Amino acid sequence: MENQDLLNDPMILREIIMDHYKYPHNHSLVSSTAYRSRHMASASCIDDITVEAKINDGVIEDIRFDGIACTISTASTSIMTELLRGKTTEEAKEIIANYFSMVDGLEYNADLLEEAVAMKNVYKQANRIKCATIGWRAIDQIIKESEESNG
Amino acid sequence: MLDIAAIRKDFPMFENNPDLIYFDNGASTLKPKPVIDAVVDFYARHTSNVHRGDYPIARLNDELYDGTRDIFARFLNCSPQEVAFTHNVSASMNEIIFGAAKAFMNPGDVILTTQNEHASNIMPWFKVQRDFGVKVEYIPTDVQGVVSVEDFEKAMHDGVRAVCVAQQTNVLAAVQPVKEMARIAHEHGALMIVDGAQSVPHMKTDVKDLDIDFLGFSGHKMCGPGGTGVLWGRYELLEKIDPMIYGGDMNARFYADGKMLLQEPPMKFEYGTPNIEGVIGLGAAAEYLMKIGMDNIHAYEKELGDYFRGRMKEIDTITLYNPDSTAGVVTFNVKDVFAQDTANFLATKGIAVRSGNHCAKILDGIIGTNSTVRASLYFYNTFEEVDRFVEAVKEVTLENAVSIFF
Ligand SMILES: Cc1ncc(COP(=O)(O)O)c(C=O)c1O
Repeated sequence: MENQDLLNDPMILREIIMDHYKYPHNHSLVSSTAYRSRHMASASCIDDITVEAKINDGVIEDIRFDGIACTISTASTSIMTELLRGKTTEEAKEIIANYFSMVDGLEYNADLLEEAVAMKNVYKQANRIKCATIGWRAIDQIIKESEESNG
Repeated sequence: MLDIAAIRKDFPMFENNPDLIYFDNGASTLKPKPVIDAVVDFYARHTSNVHRGDYPIARLNDELYDGTRDIFARFLNCSPQEVAFTHNVSASMNEIIFGAAKAFMNPGDVILTTQNEHASNIMPWFKVQRDFGVKVEYIPTDVQGVVSVEDFEKAMHDGVRAVCVAQQTNVLAAVQPVKEMARIAHEHGALMIVDGAQSVPHMKTDVKDLDIDFLGFSGHKMCGPGGTGVLWGRYELLEKIDPMIYGGDMNARFYADGKMLLQEPPMKFEYGTPNIEGVIGLGAAAEYLMKIGMDNIHAYEKELGDYFRGRMKEIDTITLYNPDSTAGVVTFNVKDVFAQDTANFLATKGIAVRSGNHCAKILDGIIGTNSTVRASLYFYNTFEEVDRFVEAVKEVTLENAVSIFF
């Protein structure tokens, strides 16, 4: 409950974004064959992000990213790498679906999203929705691809 | 001097958006009433196709549409038969580049350009390089994107068949010495091709004085309607190049055996039903600009630009990428703030600017950054707007840029 209160405080949410922007987590690529990767360069004219993930037996063991991007792209992707690491792909898909709902201004389950709720107002600046989703779309595609290749 | 207050009254956008500071003129410009009226009149009073009707309204549109060539003949100091209408400068440059490559170049021939160019002026060359074996080489520039005549002379050699640059580049507003470059290009038997998208709206363009061979520009960046562009070329060169697109209007005859007889230039470049109302509106835009005077526009924008640069230099968190530009364009970043975050913060203050790489994706080789904020002025912008802009920029910090989301 206490945690939830913190995540309702605009000052805290702002700090979360700034922190992840200045000190992005999991911010280097290992480029090993154990990882699947997605280069999100054509999603917009500016942001150029690569996300890679190591998925084994339906578990996301590691997620990393690198690239040039704005605060929203960088912070949302950094938060995503923390949130989804260690999750099963099924859990991740539910979190991703909730995240996309939130970013579109729809209903979502805040408990699942943890720090990612910092992006809850981005939908009010429609031009930035693609920033808030670039890394998330990358991991979404990676998960689908891993499921297809196993299925 | 220009009466800016009176000029602003010509632009309904200002009345309808009293708090807007529109500094995104490099992307597109606002439209004055004579242009809006010309387009609306076409819809409300004299709609028809062109070049195919025998009734009075159709003849009126023929006169207005083809008459716009006469307006541009005065605007550019050329013959009306050298003015072809396209849909934008991208279309003009593609038409010129593919046409010239096919007509005048062989595999191994070199074209010289810069790393400053907009996608529209370089991607067609990459395609020509890939398909026809023409080689793209770069003229070095300084860190503000400017080509010096000496560097150009050094880059020039007898394998060069064409030189192709923007007269004013879109990100840094580097103004290139096109007239000298044309002279040197011609001494080596090369063509001089110019992307005028950012120069033609802001300075007098005399194609005879510049002595260039081809020029393209967009209508929407010079107070004209969207979906209009101009392709200018020396008549004898327009005769030699093939159009890219075939169809109605541009042909004179065609036969069952596949023989085609095209119209003479400029008509052979105008396929299908054109943007008639757009071209008529573009004529009104050119008349409007000539009435104010291109030299007056240029002088005012330089003065306003110099003032703007001076004020931006006062702010120590600012990196200016084109401090010596002579145009009304200021390209910058705020320390530690990503360009798009700056632009979005400024938007909350009613300011419109462009951020990103501005479609010049190999420019980072020159300025060492991928992403910048570009504030681009036009003759209707004011010193007061610059002051308000500078005050807003002073507020740009990472914290404030993120705060707009809460
Ligand atoms: C130098 C230059 N060339 C080409 C273009 C492309 O213009 P348009 O989108 O009107 O074809 C632009 C505008 O963005 C430009 O600045």
